[in-house]
Amino acid sequence: MSVAAPSVEARSQGVSVAGIPLLATLTVLLFALHIAVGAKPLPLSTVWEAITARDQTIFDHMIIWDLRLPRALIALTVGAALSVAGALMQGVTRNPLADPGILGLMAGASFAVVITTYLFGPSASGWLPWIASAGALATALVVYVIAHMAPGGATPLTLTLSGAAISAFLAAIISIAHLLSEDTFDNLRVWLTGSLAGRDLAMLQITGPWIALALGAGLILARQVTALTMGEDVAKGLGIRTGALKIQLLLVVVVLTACAVALAGPMGFVGLVIPHVARLFVGADYRWIVPYAALIGAAYLLGIDIVARIAIPPREISTGIITAMIGAPFFIQLVRMRAK
Amino acid sequence: MARGTHVRSTHATNAITTQHRLRSQALVSGYGEQPVLRDVSIDIEDGKLTILVGANGSGKSTLLKNLARILTPGSGVALLDGKDIHKTPTREIARKLGLLPQGPIAPEGLTVRELVAQGRFPHQGLMRQWTREDAKAVDKAMSRALVTEFADRPVDSLSGGQRQRCWIAMVLAQETDILLLDEPTTFLDLKVQVDLMELLAELAHEDGRTLVVVLHELSLAAAYADHLVMMKDGRIAHAGTPDEIFTAPHLKEVFDLDAHIMRDTESGQLLCVPYGAQLWRKRATRAA
Repeated sequence: MSVAAPSVEARSQGVSVAGIPLLATLTVLLFALHIAVGAKPLPLSTVWEAITARDQTIFDHMIIWDLRLPRALIALTVGAALSVAGALMQGVTRNPLADPGILGLMAGASFAVVITTYLFGPSASGWLPWIASAGALATALVVYVIAHMAPGGATPLTLTLSGAAISAFLAAIISIAHLLSEDTFDNLRVWLTGSLAGRDLAMLQITGPWIALALGAGLILARQVTALTMGEDVAKGLGIRTGALKIQLLLVVVVLTACAVALAGPMGFVGLVIPHVARLFVGADYRWIVPYAALIGAAYLLGIDIVARIAIPPREISTGIITAMIGAPFFIQLVRMRAK
Repeated sequence: MARGTHVRSTHATNAITTQHRLRSQALVSGYGEQPVLRDVSIDIEDGKLTILVGANGSGKSTLLKNLARILTPGSGVALLDGKDIHKTPTREIARKLGLLPQGPIAPEGLTVRELVAQGRFPHQGLMRQWTREDAKAVDKAMSRALVTEFADRPVDSLSGGQRQRCWIAMVLAQETDILLLDEPTTFLDLKVQVDLMELLAELAHEDGRTLVVVLHELSLAAAYADHLVMMKDGRIAHAGTPDEIFTAPHLKEVFDLDAHIMRDTESGQLLCVPYGAQLWRKRATRAA
């Protein structure tokens, strides 16, 4: 009863707070492991040495700084960005199946990149995130309008269907462009499967600040997202300007998705799976779901990318293929649970 | 005559000049030739339980939503403390006026305490996060709505009546003087409806809050309302105490319902007993 003084909120929040450093530690460990593992395994001590006391003359340090560190940083960033984007989308649409991939944002971002590359040749990389953002935003709006026009309005089902339809449509156009101009696509082919291979830090330097900004905004808006999941009128009654909130959230999601796509191509299902994992630990309050999703997502993609690199040596699998192989069955399971 | 406690207080205060913090003037809502609200002016009595009744589509929910600034009127104005509610910062309104919409659904897995804690939103800001005062308000609201024992259970695991109490606790945690509730008793068992109405009447009569409640169940409305408002076709058809306006001709006019109004000799409550052709036939066979 209420007499029990140390409120349970304090205790359960204590658990949620305690999880953050644990997850952060796990992420750091996977980050180090990610750098150590590869065609030439490096001891963790070398990794540490290379990062703390860089010596340009040591070959291992060059491997770490030029190849592995960028890749690990990108895996971490993309994992966090997509997971937070997915969590916010699931909250704002009250749709457990929402994800930047499923609702068409990734297809839109990829489409914009592919078409501009096809029409104008490879863009300067500084433009890439903006082209991707424009594509993602336009697609998000089209998907929403189509779902909204369907009988019953923008329900989880109509949003998912319209997202799938638009994704398929855009994928078809990408294929046509592919057939028409194979040269253009030699560069983009691997990227389109969602890959972390061969990336350098240039793109991360461009997108990094935007991702950081969007993650920060996501954390700040998270509390209002919880209220929004209780219903539009409830949120309004609590003094939340729901229209403005939705626009802010849409922009956050578009920036996160587009930057992730610019960094690593369309990496499917990360944004779907991770928020549900976060919920297993912290329940339904987005104040905790968002930071948990960011950390778990970062750790997840680092882990997946380790597998992608060592599963079938000496070749490697596109990371996006593995996230899809894990994510698709998860998606089906979610649908089955909902259907009951 | 012996009257229930809630209704008795009505008579005592009828003589006192009442204040009206929440009012509407000439509200018109909805579009085109058939607006949902046509020229509704209402003064909500402070510290009283006002109940809005009316047939489906009569505009009672629309009126409530306009008073709660959820809907923006086409013309006319809703006023809270003399200020246009649609031109006042929404968070400022949320510190004075709480709203429980119809049939709210809690997200899966949200615990009762988390739900109730959302009621503190208008009192918090970027700089001002969760405080002891917030925790206290949440505890108080839960104990007032009798949901403390479920505090750490997910809302979706509770029964309909318990869930509705949790939502009321959330609105209570908002610590507003005015509460608007849209059909809080719909789809609940009769006993649970009565318990909820008892709670709402307490909130008005013991805490001195102002409540405006949209209700479907006519006999409950007549039993608990201090002030009853009957709506028809987007207008207020009748308004007053149940004793004044809960009459058979009014029910016929407003609901097109044939009914007798009786007074229960034990409680003194007004009852609405509907009748129709089949009921008359049954009566005839019984008599025969």
